Amino acid sequence: MAKSIFIDTTRCTACRGCQVACKQWHDHEAVPTKQTGTHQNPPDLTPNNFKLVRFSEHKIDGHVHWLFFPDQCRHCLQPACKATADMYVEDAIVVDEATGIVVCTEKTKELTKDQCDEIIDSCPYNIPRRNEISGELVKCDMCIDRVQAGLVPMCVKSCCTGAMSFGEREDMLIKAKLRLTEAQAEIERPKSELETKIACDVHKSCTILDEEDLGVIYFLEMPREMYHQYAGREIKPLNRADFLAGLAKPFKNMLG
Amino acid sequence: MTQHWIDIKNANAVLIMGSNAAEHHPISFKWVLKAKDAGAKVIHVDPKFSRTSARSDLHVPLRSGTDIAFLGGMVKYILENDLIQKEYVAEYTNAAFILGDGYTFEDGLFSGFDPATGKYDKTTWAFAKDEKGVPLRDKTLQNPRCVYQLLKKHYDRYNLDRVSSITGVSKENLLIVYETYSATGKPDKAGTMMYALGWTQHSVGCQNIRLGCMIQLLLGNIGVAGGGVNALRGEPNVQGSTDHALLWHILPGYHAVPTTAWPTLTDYLKANTPVTNDPKSLNWWGNRPKYVVSLLKGWFGDNATAENEFGYGLLPKAEPGVDYASMFQFDRMYEGKIKGGMIFGHNPAVSMPNTHKIRAALKNLDWLVVGEVHDTETASFWRNPSEDPKKIKTEVFLLPSCQRGEKDGTTSNSGRWHQWHHKGYEPAGESRSMGWMLVEIGKRVRALYEKEKGAFPEGLLSHTWPKEYNADEMARMINGVFTRDVTIKDKTYKKGDQVPSFPSLQADGSTTSLNWLYCGCYPEAGKNLAKRRDLTQTPMQAKLGLFPSYTWAWPVNRRILYNRASVDPKGNPFNPELPVILWEGGKWIGDIPDGGAPPMAEEKGTYPFIMQSEGHGHLFGPGRVDGPFPEHYEPAETPIAKNPFSSRMNNPCMKVAKSDMDLLAKPADPKYPIVLTTYSLTEHWCGGGDTRNTPYLLEAEPQQYVEMSHELAAEKGIKNGDVVVVESIRGKVEAIAMVTVRIVPFQVEGKTVHLIGMPFCFGWTTPGVGDATNRLTPSVGDPNTTIPEYKACLVNIRKADKVTELSV
Repeated sequence: MAKSIFIDTTRCTACRGCQVACKQWHDHEAVPTKQTGTHQNPPDLTPNNFKLVRFSEHKIDGHVHWLFFPDQCRHCLQPACKATADMYVEDAIVVDEATGIVVCTEKTKELTKDQCDEIIDSCPYNIPRRNEISGELVKCDMCIDRVQAGLVPMCVKSCCTGAMSFGEREDMLIKAKLRLTEAQAEIERPKSELETKIACDVHKSCTILDEEDLGVIYFLEMPREMYHQYAGREIKPLNRADFLAGLAKPFKNMLG
Repeated sequence: MTQHWIDIKNANAVLIMGSNAAEHHPISFKWVLKAKDAGAKVIHVDPKFSRTSARSDLHVPLRSGTDIAFLGGMVKYILENDLIQKEYVAEYTNAAFILGDGYTFEDGLFSGFDPATGKYDKTTWAFAKDEKGVPLRDKTLQNPRCVYQLLKKHYDRYNLDRVSSITGVSKENLLIVYETYSATGKPDKAGTMMYALGWTQHSVGCQNIRLGCMIQLLLGNIGVAGGGVNALRGEPNVQGSTDHALLWHILPGYHAVPTTAWPTLTDYLKANTPVTNDPKSLNWWGNRPKYVVSLLKGWFGDNATAENEFGYGLLPKAEPGVDYASMFQFDRMYEGKIKGGMIFGHNPAVSMPNTHKIRAALKNLDWLVVGEVHDTETASFWRNPSEDPKKIKTEVFLLPSCQRGEKDGTTSNSGRWHQWHHKGYEPAGESRSMGWMLVEIGKRVRALYEKEKGAFPEGLLSHTWPKEYNADEMARMINGVFTRDVTIKDKTYKKGDQVPSFPSLQADGSTTSLNWLYCGCYPEAGKNLAKRRDLTQTPMQAKLGLFPSYTWAWPVNRRILYNRASVDPKGNPFNPELPVILWEGGKWIGDIPDGGAPPMAEEKGTYPFIMQSEGHGHLFGPGRVDGPFPEHYEPAETPIAKNPFSSRMNNPCMKVAKSDMDLLAKPADPKYPIVLTTYSLTEHWCGGGDTRNTPYLLEAEPQQYVEMSHELAAEKGIKNGDVVVVESIRGKVEAIAMVTVRIVPFQVEGKTVHLIGMPFCFGWTTPGVGDATNRLTPSVGDPNTTIPEYKACLVNIRKADKVTELSV
């Protein structure tokens, strides 16, 4: 049965527990960083950072909104990264049948740097990164080793507020939709004068991001572009995958 | 905390003030969010908008150092709008008590102040008493000399205009907070206050907390589910540390340290054992002799006898009036009066105020023993980049300490839960636990005393001393044992049996206990209750999230303190939907009651606030040294020229170190017009020794920064990411500018006051990350605790022309 992570960003306190726990589990190296005037460090995903908490601050009509986006691979149901990689090295990137988890394998070493760049470019969420030393393309694997052992992914395990949940995709979709319904009901609920002074509803715009196509589902309460350039996608991966799959077909036929 | 972490979910309103709970107690926010799920309003009052504010319903920016003005305004609002929980206030607090004629308050001073000593004689703060010595009361609260009326008078000056002007909080925001929070004054509503170092680290720190307590008493929020005054304690087991008396001025279990003014045990017990003549007051500190004697018996074993006052004469005595707190220890060290010592798990060369002075003081030592997990700025003070090691005579012994996960032991969380943790790993290399270090050092020093005699060998040799450190045995001894066969009621305990609970502790030497609060945590052999992980609850307990069988809480596994105040004098819960205790079939069910007596209104009933000698919650609080009612004073360094509340600018009793390195900026000093507040981070602990050496954490927060508003940045020509220099009258610090919408300028007393904030965890032993922020902060402290005023001082800021402390 397909597995999913549901991330309710309205419960995230940007503690970075997930960011650090992920590194710990994968035995990653620490990446040299500098303070550049933000809490977001490293500034972007790296071959040693599969999970990154992104910070963005805004001030609207005197109200401060500090938005946290714990970024990671979306484990698309039809991953563009795989469709692109398959053109060059079949099954360098695979989808685990049992769970739907999208995994970059060691075979990604056989891809050239340009091919890796193309794969990264095809990802609507700008996720995979190339390890310059090993030559591998790497990204979040939803802790497939833990999941196969009946455990939850490390980021979910470390999340102390319950912002992150893990389970069957159907259940996570229900949870996400329930959250959306609740949030909208709360915005629409008639409020006392005092409550109106406290609530910041007028700026809110609650959404679930692209849930039809993704294994990792985010709930946001502000417009998506305020969180991160690649929070939601601009191009539907379905179309793009089809397009790329279409390109790949004659090449595969040639190989027989 | 009077409550525990889970109970926060039961609140109808959460006031987070003097705390950045989401960042420094991340797991606590799970419970705050659950309260929010249930409809609670979460309000964060704090100088900057932080990760806590992002998850709160409302953030109210407040100038650092003005909490008393803010809360005083709330008291005035509550009283004027008659929002007190009437029955609770009249019956359970000292609102009705009548003050003697001598008590006055005039222009910032209470009666009894001696300007020569900077101290109060508290005689005039006493209540008027009847012939039995019981305080006189007017439960109608009308008598002009009753506490309620004097309270009203005291906070009359805290009107919206004055409070807004001094705090920089808009009147609109003041009213939003006051109205939202005081709605919890209804008997079936509860509000919780979560606070931490944003309240304590001020020269008026204790009074900040007192005022929070007073508001909770006025609103009937103590003893009830979802209420309480909740101190969020520090990660390095601060709760356990204070319980077991890491601080100089107390003995384990919160007894005063003996002084030369009390040469005998009889003197000590007489001065420190309160007495009441009211039969309904349990006056629990009246039991102090049993706890002190049991402590002495635990320390000196068979060497403690009734004839020698259980060894009291062997204890070192402090000189009355001398302050032995760290700030003054370092002062004496700076003057060359201290030859050597031990610093364990502490990095004063980064975490103490006026760090230039601290680093200078360390150079005067002949020897220093440091117990640490990593090398720190303190252990390596002699090779500080600005020093020449050849000129420093100190011999430093660095003892490698193992990590918490490498040893058995306990931590006590903020909710007083005493929790066992199991050793998961063998200690790396030659590192050892500090328990092991202290036992070994003690053994060898004792052997030297035995061999060489020397001055006063019995001081150490009379102590019982373990052959080796064993955490389980320590837990047993903290609980305590019987020293001979004892029969209590109809049960006979044998010599060596563990004491079941502290009501069984005696003042005759028949019991030991190294901390009465924890007596009952290990009541029998094999029953270390700190190890319990049982989630069983009755339905009533489950509603509260009480989890009474999960670990063990002091005292006597009571999870919500003062819970007799959660029912009315007849025993009916003020909130029938969420009772904490219920009187059923002649006993209380639910939580462990704060005294098992019948409801207060019955003949044998008792008052709820058992730790106060008169059994009532203190609205008028004569216990603190700087006044019975909190009063607004400015921080030692203030950006304004005049205090609008009185002609006393600062706390008249404030502690101040006075060496040549202890300079203070004058009020409204034009050279230093900006307020600096300092704080911790989620990603780094305290002085940073542990976390700067944890690569994944340093990756997430790599270097010293300073948060400032866009307005201040524009004024100074500073852009986000620029290297800047922050300077106070005591020193300067390089930092990376973090220009943010989350900090706003304050309008204070007719002018713009800017505030900036800096973390204090960075130190030079980690190359290129910056060095101690505390080189900026002053050596001034709260007069009750001497906790330094880290949260407000004066600085200026400019772009750096050269960069020496940071790699850019």
